Amino acid sequence: MNITVCIKQVPGTSEVEVDEKTGVLKREGVDSKMNPFDLFAIESALRIKEQNKATINVLSMGPPQTMEIIKESFMMGADAGFLLSDMRFAGADVLATSYTLSQGIRKIGDSDLIICGKQTTDGDTAQVGPEIAEFLNIPHVTNVRKIIEIADKDITLEMDLPHSVEVVKVKYPCLITVEKDINQPRLPSFKLKLATADKDITVYSLDDFEDKNENNYGLAGSPTQVRRIFPPESNNTHELWEGDAEHLSGKLHNCLNEMKFTGGK
Amino acid sequence: MPMIKIHQEEAQDHDELIKLCPFGAIESSDTQLQINSGCKMCKICVKKEPGIFEFIEFEQAEVDKDLWQGIAVYIDHVEGDIHPVSFELIGKARELAAKINQPVTCLMIGHNIKGQARKALEYGVDEIFVYDKEELEHFKIEPYTAVLEDFINKVKPSVVLVGGTTIGRSLAPRAAARFRTGLTADCTILDIQENTDLDQIRPAFGGNIMAHINTPKHRPQFATVRYKIFSAPEKSSEYKGNLTECDICTSKLGSNIEVLEIRKKEKEVSIEDAEVIVVAGRAIKRQEDMDMIHQFAESIGAQVAGTRSLIETGWIDPKRQIGLSGRTVKPELIITCGVSGAIQFVAGMNNSAFIVSINTDKNAPIFKHAHVGIVGDIYEVLPKLNEKIQGLAQ
Repeated sequence: MNITVCIKQVPGTSEVEVDEKTGVLKREGVDSKMNPFDLFAIESALRIKEQNKATINVLSMGPPQTMEIIKESFMMGADAGFLLSDMRFAGADVLATSYTLSQGIRKIGDSDLIICGKQTTDGDTAQVGPEIAEFLNIPHVTNVRKIIEIADKDITLEMDLPHSVEVVKVKYPCLITVEKDINQPRLPSFKLKLATADKDITVYSLDDFEDKNENNYGLAGSPTQVRRIFPPESNNTHELWEGDAEHLSGKLHNCLNEMKFTGGK
Repeated sequence: MPMIKIHQEEAQDHDELIKLCPFGAIESSDTQLQINSGCKMCKICVKKEPGIFEFIEFEQAEVDKDLWQGIAVYIDHVEGDIHPVSFELIGKARELAAKINQPVTCLMIGHNIKGQARKALEYGVDEIFVYDKEELEHFKIEPYTAVLEDFINKVKPSVVLVGGTTIGRSLAPRAAARFRTGLTADCTILDIQENTDLDQIRPAFGGNIMAHINTPKHRPQFATVRYKIFSAPEKSSEYKGNLTECDICTSKLGSNIEVLEIRKKEKEVSIEDAEVIVVAGRAIKRQEDMDMIHQFAESIGAQVAGTRSLIETGWIDPKRQIGLSGRTVKPELIITCGVSGAIQFVAGMNNSAFIVSINTDKNAPIFKHAHVGIVGDIYEVLPKLNEKIQGLAQ
């Protein structure tokens, strides 16, 4: 079977600040890493491969330095790497990103199973997986916490809902997003690092896609527009309450009510 | 096609100009300065050096906004049990709808849910559309998206609000992609302009930055909102809204997903994932006194954790220890009970969104970190607090 794992390069730290006057991101250097949630997606694919015949493709989108994380996936055991890189993809929101990735997946060829991480640490939206599935017209299952059975035509999964667990059987091709509790990702192997040092990464641009309409990609293909960015209001409350127990418990009770922690659910 | 144009003749100091971009998307090759595919179109370079970098505008096709009217809320439920986030969204939808003088509609999908659907009307909705069919008993992505699509084509709402639940976070992006429109996830502030453009504000980069987002040329505008961000309106049994039953062709409800089993989950939640945590500290004198901590925690939906000294007594599971030798937590709310605030402990919880600390010693170090410090004895404050919360619950 063919498995495609979608991965993303994210800033190495979430400690970014915004300049209040200019509204500009303050980022020291361009330190970046693989989105930690994607490690679970790669590990899921590797475990499937251990028990079945499978080829694992890793797909990412971004500037050339994104190759670093694709190489990292080779060190874990991925078979082939693909990078979608084009100036015309710049400024893509969730919709344009998902569409670009779906075009990349079509270009790679038949994938039986597409695996995405739960979400990214920079965008934090958890939307790209379902949107890719829509553009490929295949079913998707989010919040997968366990892969129970890999059969010839379908896969049986456990989906994690807040109060219950749903066991579902999904026909290929399909897309799943995996929870971080699904497994313990392996570390990159030094042996594989040496073995894959010269491994090629296929780079596709817009011209390689089936849909070559520039208006469906990047900023032009993005319905959402970021008006401005600004620092959040910092929580500077610093109160000290004194008094008898009746007074203190009453005040705390009101505070909990206001913050909606006393209603159940 | 929008782009950033570089006026090469003005670009003198390449090394300095490259530093303008926080994403490393400006590069110098031979004599030319170039923008690479790392560009996020944030236009920082244009703002800082307008003479050198120029943003070339583009025209996106525009929709006729008058064709899209009203605010729609997706009613999230499991077997008819409506998730309270849906009522909170109705509250916000009414507020937005009043500003533009348009209706609030709801959509509920499932089987045998009509009785439950009437509940939404009690919150002041103009009309609820119910798709009640056997094929819709369980949430499956393809049929649910087909129904949402059918609803949107029928009602043509300007805005669709969806709860940030597991189901909502799966359904909303799928439907947004089908309509090729924008979706903003986990909004914390929503407002609406006269031209029905939705102002969506959400945290980005792990909450260190807020982003203000618009969907100016597409309809409908999708937004998801998490539970407990907005407030539910007062219920009223004298409601005016209507319930409209809708049908959809069964052929549209096919699915490649088969639900084999649904089982209740064992309630084990690790303290790292908890939204609310109650911490017991050294002030706890006897094991049976933990009851008061557990009772309090249960009443506010919190997990119980402890400092090292309580782990050593064996009264709390070691997996629930907070601090350098235990776990690091970042809940929405943490209430420390009789914890003095040793640095090893504080390091494991200092990033919590809201810290409440109860301690008898006014000079305890924990109060330096608490947003609300309560100088009092947990043996007096907690039992009274528990009584008050129980009173509310009854």
